Order: sequence, then C-alpha cells, then structure tokens
Amino acid sequence: MAEMQTAPAGAGAGRRLLTWVDNRFPLTKLYNEHMAQYYAPKNFNVWYVFGSLAMLVLVMQILTGIFLTMHYKPDAAKAFESVEYIMRDVPWGWLVRYMHSTGASAFFIVVYLHMFRGLIYGSYRKPRELVWLFGCAIFLCLMAEAFMGYLLPWGQMSYWGAQVIVNLFSAVPFIGPDLSLLIRGDYVVGDATLNRFFSFHVIAVPLVLLGLVAAHIIALHEVGSNNPDGVEIKDAKDARGNPVDGIPFHPYYTVHDIYAVSVFLFIFSLVLFFAPEGGGYFLEFNNFIEANPLKTPPHIAPVWYFTPYYSMLRATTDLMVNILAIILAIAAALAILRGGFRAPAKIAIAVAAIVAVFLLKAFDAKFWGVVVMGAAVLILFVLPWLDRSPVKSIRYRPGWHKYIYAVFVFFFLVLGYLGSQPPSTGGNVVSQIGTLVYFGFFLLMPWWSRLGTFKPVPNRVTFQSH
Amino acid sequence: MKKLLLSVLVVLGFVLPLAPAAANEGGYPWDSFPRTKMTDQAALQNGARIFTNYCLSCHSATYMRYNRLHDIGLSDDQIRKNLLFATDKVGDTMKTTLDPRQAKDWFGAAPPDLSVIARSRAEMGKGSGADYLYTLWRTFYRDDAKPTGWNNLAFPDIAMPHALWQLQGERRAKFVEVKDEHDPSRKTHRFVGFEQITPGALDERQYDEAVGDLVAYLQWMGEPAQGTRVRIGVGVLVFLGLLVLITWRLSSAYWRTVH
Repeated sequence: MAEMQTAPAGAGAGRRLLTWVDNRFPLTKLYNEHMAQYYAPKNFNVWYVFGSLAMLVLVMQILTGIFLTMHYKPDAAKAFESVEYIMRDVPWGWLVRYMHSTGASAFFIVVYLHMFRGLIYGSYRKPRELVWLFGCAIFLCLMAEAFMGYLLPWGQMSYWGAQVIVNLFSAVPFIGPDLSLLIRGDYVVGDATLNRFFSFHVIAVPLVLLGLVAAHIIALHEVGSNNPDGVEIKDAKDARGNPVDGIPFHPYYTVHDIYAVSVFLFIFSLVLFFAPEGGGYFLEFNNFIEANPLKTPPHIAPVWYFTPYYSMLRATTDLMVNILAIILAIAAALAILRGGFRAPAKIAIAVAAIVAVFLLKAFDAKFWGVVVMGAAVLILFVLPWLDRSPVKSIRYRPGWHKYIYAVFVFFFLVLGYLGSQPPSTGGNVVSQIGTLVYFGFFLLMPWWSRLGTFKPVPNRVTFQSH
Repeated sequence: MKKLLLSVLVVLGFVLPLAPAAANEGGYPWDSFPRTKMTDQAALQNGARIFTNYCLSCHSATYMRYNRLHDIGLSDDQIRKNLLFATDKVGDTMKTTLDPRQAKDWFGAAPPDLSVIARSRAEMGKGSGADYLYTLWRTFYRDDAKPTGWNNLAFPDIAMPHALWQLQGERRAKFVEVKDEHDPSRKTHRFVGFEQITPGALDERQYDEAVGDLVAYLQWMGEPAQGTRVRIGVGVLVFLGLLVLITWRLSSAYWRTVH
C-alpha cells in the first residue's frame, strides 16, 4: 500500500478532497496516465479523429438507447406500433429515435474510417497487435449489435433481413438446423426471436462492447499511439524521459478532438434533421411497413454497412466454389514445387489440399458463402501477421502499394453498392471479382507487402507547426 | 493521396461498364409531387378533410391522433365538427369502421393502414413516397376487365376502386401496340394518354390541386414532427456552425506554440 499523502497546509477544500480520494483510489494517477501525461505523437492528421468520434457515437447510442428502451415494447404485436408511438407521442421521441438510427450508420462510417487509418499507417504492427485484435473484436460486436438492433422496429426489412441471415446458419453442416432454431427460438422469426434479440441488443452485447473498448484503450495507452510516419516516438526522449515528438493528450488532443467533434456533429445533424432516412440507406423505406411473415418483399437487402459482406455471400456460387478449388490447388502446387519444404511437409500439403478441395465440393455452395462472409471479417484478426513490409506507414512504402490499397477500397465500395442492389448476372461477376480482390489483398499480403523499393524512414516524425 | 484518387478513378473506368444498369424497376414513371404544399397550412387542412371524407372509411391511420392536427392549425372544435365520426374523441387515433375480414372478401386484400404510407412507398431511383401517391391518384382509369371496374398505371391491377372518381370523373386509358424494344417479334402496349368519359366535379387543374393537398397531408401524417424537425435543425446547425468556428480557433490557439 502506498504511503498516505497529506494535502499541503492551507490547501482548499477541493485539493483536500482530491488527496483524500487519491489515498483510496488512483484518480490523479489515472488522469495523468491517460490524459495529462499520456504522450501522443504530435504529427497526427485528420485520420486520427475517428477513434474519439467512435467513442462519442458509442456514448450517444447508449444514452439514446436508454431512453428508447423506456418506451419501446419488445413484443411482435406491439413493437412496430411502439416505434411509431415514440416518433409521434413521446415528447422529443422522434429526435432520440433518429439520433439512434442515424447514430448506427454514423458508427459504422467512423469505425470503417478508423480501421482504414490503421490499415494505411500500419497501426496493427508490433507492438500494437493486441490493440488491433481488441479493435477487430469490437467491430464483430458492433455488427452483432447492429444486426440484432435492426430487428427491433419490426418492419418488413427488419423481419426478412433477420430471416435471411438466421437461415444462413442452417447451412452449417450437421448442426445448422438446430443452431438456427436456437438463435430464432422458433421455427420462423417471431416473438421469441424479437425478445432474445432485444435482450442481446440492450444488455449482453453492449456489456461486452464496453469491456472491449476499455481493453482497446488500455492496450493503446500501454504501447502508445502509432502515427502517420510509423515512427516510434518513444525512441527519442528528452531529459525528463518524455518523448520529444510527443505531446500531452490533454489539452492538445482534447481541444483538437473537440474541434473534430463539432465538425462531426455538424455533418451528423445535417443528416439527422434534414434527411434522417439517408435516402433509404439509413432507414429503409420498406421498413415502414409492419413485419408480415406471409408476405416476402421482392427485394431483401441488408442495411448498407453489411452489404459488402452480403455481396461476398451472394458471390459464392457453385462456379465461385470451383474457382476457389482451382486457386487452392494451384497454391498447393506452388507450395510443393517452390516452397522449399521437406518431403513429409510436401505430402502433408498435398493431403491437406486434396481434403480441402473435397470438402469444398462436398458441401453446398450456400455453406461456403457463409464461410466466405465470416472469413471476410475474421481475416482482419490475422492482419498483423500477414503484413511483412519493412516499414509501417504507407508514406514510406513503394508508390505502387497505394494502387493496391486503392483497388482494395474501390472493390470494397463496389461490393457494398452491389449488395444493396437486386442480384444481376453482371453484378454477380463483379462481386465475384471483388471477393477475390478482397481476399487476395489479405492472403497475398505476405508476398506483395515485401516487394518494391521502400523509402528511408526518418528517425523523427515529420511535423510542420501550425 | 492524389495517386490514390487517380487509381480509384482508373479502376472505376474498367468496372463501371460491368455493373448492372441503374436499378430502374421500370413501370410508369412517377410525377413529382409539388413539395411547396408541405408549408401551406390551407393545403394540409384541405388534405386532412379529403382524407377523413374519402380514405378513412376503408383505411385506418392507427398511429395518428386526431388532436395532432393542431400542428397544421386545426383546433379541437374544428376537428370535432368537421373531421370526427360521432363516437370518436379528439384524443383518439384514426380508426376505420371497416372490418378487415370483410374487406379482404370484397377487395381481395385488406386496405393497408395509412399512417406511414408516404414513407413506405418511396423507391430509390424512382422518387419519394409522395411522388408515388401523387402519381397513383392521377392515373386511375376505367377497365372493365377488372372486378372493381378500375385500373391504375402506377399500381397495375390495384384492388382499390377509384375512391375520388366523383371528383375526377371517369377516364379511359389509350394504348397503342408497339414492337418490344428488346424483342421485335413481340408487341407491347404503350400508354399514350387519357380520354375523359364522364366529367367529374372538378376540372383537371382543380383535381390535381386536390390530390396535391391530399398527398401533402399523407406526407405530413407519415411524420407529423417533420416541420419541427427541420425548424430545430436550422437552429442546431447555426449553433454547431458557431461551435465549429470557436473550437477551431481554440484548437489553433493551443497548437500555435507546438513546434
């Protein structure tokens, strides 16, 4: 136990209270470690605001969620009505509801941008692997949270979207039908589903989410933030042991982030007050029709933030499975011929490849679609071990690496667009190409990330004073 | 960054031609609803009158309370005298007396609730729900092949008869046979215009005005708070605009000394 401290003589009541608390709880210590003496690189650019903004949106979603829960009825007979009740009869209910529904989309926008920042500046590289892993887990939780939350308004798109996605689980071999029954709590999406999704959306997932966010930040503050140069600021310290290129988070980044928050809120309010439906992307038009289990809408599309993955699911046809099998066979052949493995390892690779190809053909393409969709998210977790480039930041990578990132982002957006559209032959070919590009980007990263002439990385960050 | 943008544009050039043509579901194109009616209280009130007189006998608007009409300038007294059924109270929601089961027997489908109809009928790339409703109410025509004797261009094979026919009168739709654009061996009908059979109580211009009022009301009823929302939104943006300015200067003031 630390020595009991005493406030200096003649100190004010506030100072004495703080000393009293500090003797019992590390309040000042925590404040210093995470705010006043947390040194962040001073060369952050605009890409570095999205983490704070994600926190802001999280808090906003929780607060608005609390008020929505006061008036919402998780009952298949009353859910749709209760949402309209919130929109009409609850004072300021429309504002709280729109904040929550627009907030869901805003959350994904800032999180996608936050992830992209990590991607281009190599923020996932050693020693920040755990920061990235916690982040990926947050993203996964966020998807679960959004998916289950979307059922609650009990509109047609809520209902049929949930029906389609839960049915996907039934494609899992052997346990599929039981698994989807367990998720639904019924043979079709119904009152039981609504109640359990409500429970998960309001309690279970947010609890996990908050825990993960805490872990994400603790891990970040342990290793320190990366920066656009990918230079470790801890390598250059001044006489007092503080990083020369670092700057205390408070007040410098707090004022900086408050500015970012104001700009964000301005854009957020533009949507919230003048286009809360987001052109049919944030609130789908069909969702203003109450769920009807007897009437399937002609076109079921998930909300925009899921559409890239939904596209990959739809792209996985029998043809796509054949292409994957061929790619797998070629990869195995290359590994055996050019990999420089010993004979037993070569045999193991050959056997594994044959088994994998056999499995690909043994199960339905629908199942592999689910696997592809899941793998598209899970592959993010191994990114720190896929990237072998000698530098972290895109700034010091060969120029053509930028084109690779651009193609990747472009196809991700195209996949997103196609996932919101009804299926079409041309669209399906494009999504198949997009799926291959998406996975190729990650799976070939151990090779392409090492190629090319890298630029020399400076010892200190590049910073121009404002 | 420039390279990034450039390469996105280049790839765009390759892939866009492969993407499916703009998802136009086809069908009769929608006219655009005169949006200025949304700020015209007289139009909204007239719309409410047409709605309660013509629509509410078969359709409900269960999430809409009569006294919410205060927002478009009607008093409790006016609502009670002009819009309420004898048994309703001013705080009630807009219910219908039509039994949904009977309705299903008569029309083949239960008339949908109209509380949020204007919001639900929007279609990406085609128009807003108000555009759709405005078109729907101006494209009814006589069709003896249908059980109700009515058909509609915006909603082919509609189960609802033309509830406003006394206002518009009866019209016939003229079609010509043309070769199918995609398959010259087939012929399709193309709509060329309406022909008035019997006159209605209103002429065409007056009828369009009346329908515009009705649709304005339906659009308003879909989200009664929409006027408040926009009004508050302007204030919020002014406030946030100032906040952006202040926080920008604040941030600059702190960062000026960082070298």
